[in-house]
Amino acid sequence: MRIIVLAKQVPDTRNVGKDAMKEDGTINRGALPAIFNPEDLNALEQALRIKDKFPGTTITMLTMGPGRAAEIIREGMFRGADNGYLLTDRAFAGADTLATSYALSMAIRKIGDFDLIIGGRQAIDGDTAQVGPQVAEKLGLPQVTYAEEIMKIENSKITIRRGIAGGVETVEAPMPLLITVNGSAAECRPRNAKLVQKYKRALGVQEKAEITKAGQPLPYEDDYKQYPYLNIEEWSVADVDADVVQCGLSGSPTKVKTIQNIVFQAKESKVISSADDEIDDLMKELIENHTIG
Amino acid sequence: MNNLFVYCEIEDGAVLDVSLELLTKGKSLAAQLGCKLEAVAIGHNLDGIERQVAPYGVDILHLFDDKRLYPYTSLPHTSIIINLFKQEQPQVCLMGATVIGRDLGPRVSSSLFSGLTADCTALEIGSHEDRKAGKTYEKLLYQIRPAFGGNIVATIINPDNRPQMATVREGVMKKEIFDAAYKTEVVKHDVAKYVSDADFVVNIIERHVEKAKHNLKGSPIVIAGGYGMGSKENFDMLFSLAKELHAEVGATRAAVDAGFVDHDRQIGQTGVTVRPKLYIACGISGQIQHIAGMQDSAMIISVNNDPDAPINAIADYVINGTVEEVIPKMIKYYKKNSK
Repeated sequence: MRIIVLAKQVPDTRNVGKDAMKEDGTINRGALPAIFNPEDLNALEQALRIKDKFPGTTITMLTMGPGRAAEIIREGMFRGADNGYLLTDRAFAGADTLATSYALSMAIRKIGDFDLIIGGRQAIDGDTAQVGPQVAEKLGLPQVTYAEEIMKIENSKITIRRGIAGGVETVEAPMPLLITVNGSAAECRPRNAKLVQKYKRALGVQEKAEITKAGQPLPYEDDYKQYPYLNIEEWSVADVDADVVQCGLSGSPTKVKTIQNIVFQAKESKVISSADDEIDDLMKELIENHTIG
Repeated sequence: MNNLFVYCEIEDGAVLDVSLELLTKGKSLAAQLGCKLEAVAIGHNLDGIERQVAPYGVDILHLFDDKRLYPYTSLPHTSIIINLFKQEQPQVCLMGATVIGRDLGPRVSSSLFSGLTADCTALEIGSHEDRKAGKTYEKLLYQIRPAFGGNIVATIINPDNRPQMATVREGVMKKEIFDAAYKTEVVKHDVAKYVSDADFVVNIIERHVEKAKHNLKGSPIVIAGGYGMGSKENFDMLFSLAKELHAEVGATRAAVDAGFVDHDRQIGQTGVTVRPKLYIACGISGQIQHIAGMQDSAMIISVNNDPDAPINAIADYVINGTVEEVIPKMIKYYKKNSK
């Protein structure tokens, strides 16, 4: 089996502190730690379980982002992925979900053979859940979204349990197939100590450049020649034969017209303390005006 | 041509509330756009479905009836919508931000190269001036949604691509009858012209749908807890108060993510939208995404030991105190003084 796992490095919007916004209303990205999108970890786990069951399976990580997003490939390899590609180019910047899907689909075409593409249902920085189905459409693949568990693979058919409104559904689908996985699916296994040892020096091109830019030599330079898997490959628009017009801002049919910092219409609140008599008075009032009871 | 389309979801022969809500919103948007409201129903045994949608002011209902089209699977419904839209050239398409809408919408938008905005909390019609290109667009669909952790609200537009697509969660828009005697024109389509046999590649082996365990959306009193509740055990207090008041318990996304309560109790942009007569917010700071799902509550009480919690600004009553202190006192008073 050949599996491609789609993963994204995202700002940790779940832990947005008060310093997450600058005074001018723009986002202070520096204040938000970059993390592995949680549901993409659930997706990786499903891929790893297939690899457990079918030795010889290869797992390729694919991500799009700035140079530091090579971290996603590394984290994947620490858990059992075999390799990965970072799609990175200024021309990808400002992409909406459709332009993102186009770029990813071109990279997948470049990777070539695969049986499954697995990604998280959605990323926490946008919550759109659109990239998975759009990649599937661009590649002409069927899709199974909201997957909870891959149950069985037999005779090139795959059986998947998925969440639906108020229930569950078990479906059988042909391969190749694109699957998106829910956050309620099995948690991803932790990093494997041996794999961390093996891949800890793996670096992307831009990460290496960042280290050597001040004239510093790259530590363990010879390792990168001796162990090719330590070089995380980066692909540009040209590398994946993408049409630059369909990438980034120009390839995005949706445009952000305005962004507003929200100021609540403040009500005149009545402030009380937690003293017995004040709570009692409030409850009495709520009962008397039939709000409760 | 160039009308506003709503994809209607049907479960057990009934059009879902989220679709009726979108028809209601769609009717008023269509009036502003000066176009017709069209609905699409795809499934099986759809005879009479027009009676369910007509009162919402649907001008044309497109029916696609085939045994294989229910329950929903991705490719057949996608092919129908894509081929219908190529023919009808809608300017706007609305879908529920449901498991189905979020499976179908992106695929349709990818195929038609039209923009799609997920989980909108408001839809409006307005103009847009593109100074760089020296172009002015009239009557665009403003797709409004909180973004980026809920600190900002973004207005998204699709100036050049059609249809302009948006998904909206259940309960965000209000469902209102437009005209009980409205006449809907029904167009029955030949399914075989829109779907090929090759689209039926995913087989549903088993399907279980249970009635919802609670009625959060319809409850007149909602007691909601946030991350500040601190633990699952503290949520038990909210359930005790809810039992006394015949209320339902809701939660913020942070509380759900922390595992304090089940996901189906999440209130906010990516959860349920509620409009109760009383909303008691316990240990909730008040991110925009949460506020979006409860701001229309008739009365809001905030229990918080942080006097600067943003939610306090929209509360009618602010109780400065810890949940552990305040909730048991409320329960105690109510037990003693209610009949």
